[in-house]
Amino acid sequence: MAHDTTIRTGAAATVPVRAGTAPARRARRTRQVAAWAFLAPVVAYLLAFYAYPLYRNLDLSLRHYTVRSFVQGDAPFSGADNYRTVFGDPSFGPALLHTVVFTGVSLVFQFALGLALAVFFAQSFRLSATLRALFLVPWLLPLIVSASTWSWMLNSDSGIVNAALGVVGVDPVNWLTSPQWSLVSVIIANIWIGVPFNLVVLYSGLQAIPGEIYEAAALDGSTGWSTFWRVTFPLLRPVSAITLLLGLVYTLKVFDIIWIMTRGGPTDSSTTLATWSYRLSFGSLLPEFGPGAAVGNLLIVMALVCGLVYIRIQHRQAT
Amino acid sequence: MRLSRSARRRLGAAAALTLTACLTVACSSSDPGSGSADAASGPYTIWDPYPQFDDGSAWVKLLNTCGAEAGVTVKRTGYDTTDLTNKALLAAQQDNSPDVLIVDNPVVSTLAEAGALTTTEETKLDTAGIEPNLLAAGQLGGKTYGVPIGANTLALYYNKAVLTKAGVDPAGLKDWAALTAALAKVKQSGGKGITFSAIGTEEGSFQFLPWFWGSGAQLTRLDSPEAVSALTLWTDWLKQGYAPNSVLNNTQTTSWQEFATGDYAFGENGTWQLANAKKTGFDYGIIAIPSRAGGTAPAPTGGEFVTAPVRSDKARYAVSQRLITCLTSADNALTTDTTLSYVAATAAVQRKQVAATPELAVWVEAVKAAKGRTSDDLGTRYPKISQPLWTAFQAALSGSQSPPDALKAAQTTAAAATR
Repeated sequence: MAHDTTIRTGAAATVPVRAGTAPARRARRTRQVAAWAFLAPVVAYLLAFYAYPLYRNLDLSLRHYTVRSFVQGDAPFSGADNYRTVFGDPSFGPALLHTVVFTGVSLVFQFALGLALAVFFAQSFRLSATLRALFLVPWLLPLIVSASTWSWMLNSDSGIVNAALGVVGVDPVNWLTSPQWSLVSVIIANIWIGVPFNLVVLYSGLQAIPGEIYEAAALDGSTGWSTFWRVTFPLLRPVSAITLLLGLVYTLKVFDIIWIMTRGGPTDSSTTLATWSYRLSFGSLLPEFGPGAAVGNLLIVMALVCGLVYIRIQHRQAT
Repeated sequence: MRLSRSARRRLGAAAALTLTACLTVACSSSDPGSGSADAASGPYTIWDPYPQFDDGSAWVKLLNTCGAEAGVTVKRTGYDTTDLTNKALLAAQQDNSPDVLIVDNPVVSTLAEAGALTTTEETKLDTAGIEPNLLAAGQLGGKTYGVPIGANTLALYYNKAVLTKAGVDPAGLKDWAALTAALAKVKQSGGKGITFSAIGTEEGSFQFLPWFWGSGAQLTRLDSPEAVSALTLWTDWLKQGYAPNSVLNNTQTTSWQEFATGDYAFGENGTWQLANAKKTGFDYGIIAIPSRAGGTAPAPTGGEFVTAPVRSDKARYAVSQRLITCLTSADNALTTDTTLSYVAATAAVQRKQVAATPELAVWVEAVKAAKGRTSDDLGTRYPKISQPLWTAFQAALSGSQSPPDALKAAQTTAAAATR
């Protein structure tokens, strides 16, 4: 394999260099400088675009910012005050609960529907490629377009969904404007947007399962459901795990769909940590950067914990 | 050419380092005009919230003319309104504010509180001719931080055909009781009542304030009996079916779209919809929003202030002052306010506007009765009151709390936040 050769040449090149002789030392130093120089772009990139913003966000969340101190740059260090404010806020409990429900329900349905469609499309039939391509549309549309469209469809008075319900004799539902339904509505829209991603990744995972295994299973008398549960599903596990992790990280921070459809309302009934963080920092005339950053950091920690759980599971599977 | 191995490596290292440098410091020559240009030369920067106007528009031409009169070149950037507040705060933090900043009136007190704006005293701007109720939105602690370029406010658009069918005379709608009775008649005649925006943002508070103030309530006491009566008015309209449930999610634009369908008798909307009103294809009229006891309710003022942000180079203020005076001078204000569909900030220009367009008379009346949201020296306490207020009307309209309970909760939150 090509991969192996590069490693071997790399190892071979290091052997002749031995510490002690002056030219060898110089050669080694040049190589080290070169190595660092090649490393420098990516390190600089990571520092400038990842480490520094993270540091700034942490710094924002640990200081007491007012508009005045934001401009003057002399905000006093306030320790965990912003976090205490956030935890003590009556919006915190509902926002956390909505985040968990929104993420959990979205993931379950996105994954189940995505997997069902992937298995369906795995058997090639006429127009299957076209149909599969059509399923990608929600993913390709800009979020502002899809969220606005959902918002129109679910409008209480002039929406097509209530019109359709009216035809079959069901009373209109205030999808976006009643506290009972607003979270359900944004979850439905989010599932619709997330299915294509699951479909694509799981479909490519299915392609990677060798046909011989299915043949062997068929010879052993396995059919339909049992093939799916005993062959397809276990073999898809690594792909499923990464799909779910990516979906989770993505869903935790979903903001645009909710903001466009309900603004997190009515009265916090569809507020998640992401929309709350935005509302604190940018949603009113007087920005509250400190608590806003604190909520943002909580989201990062949640995503990080899930990532660590994933790595641990993967590690256990490997050993 | 054959390079030795180490030479090649060194070259590679140099290339990689250059790339790094380019990543951290932008890899282009920096703009010579920005930053430390001296007072006489260098373009003067102007930021405004009118991205809809391009370089060929009357507005940008006016900016260039004013620049030419002051003997400088101007560099103008148009931002989205909501974006501009954060941009202005960041610019103030990094000490590269524009010379002239045109900003939405409730933001003036926020920026002034941040120490980002100069006072009119410091820049020697004349505000004598400005209507006091409009200027108040830019005043904090006895100091004025800008000059209003014009104002807009809210009134009720009505659909003549729908009212005629219901047998309602719009001229008689002077108080809440008459308006509610009219809505009942409209509903009986098969029409739809009224649409407005009660969304859970500042836009919703803006639309609720005419009713809130029109009841006699004060922003310093959200749970007063007057305030409860205003919220009960809205809630009852929803319960009776006089207003659609979609108001909870309506922005002023979607509320306008509902009115533009031609089914609704009334739509609460602003001066800026006048141009669109002509395109609806039905006969419309405009009345001032009535107060509870009768007469015109004070509506909140919209519209921007022209301000001069704090700069480290104080020598630039003299030119900024000339630019602002030019932009807000009577003739130019007339052009600008006509372009923006605003009502002028001085009585003299208002009279000219009404002479040219008689239908503006009702708007001029509404602006005269209007009140800045940050007025009464509320300043930056206003946003902390507005948010509990919109939470309260969302709770009451969606039925999760009764109007008195919702407003009581709002008052508790607002009192804690503004203490």
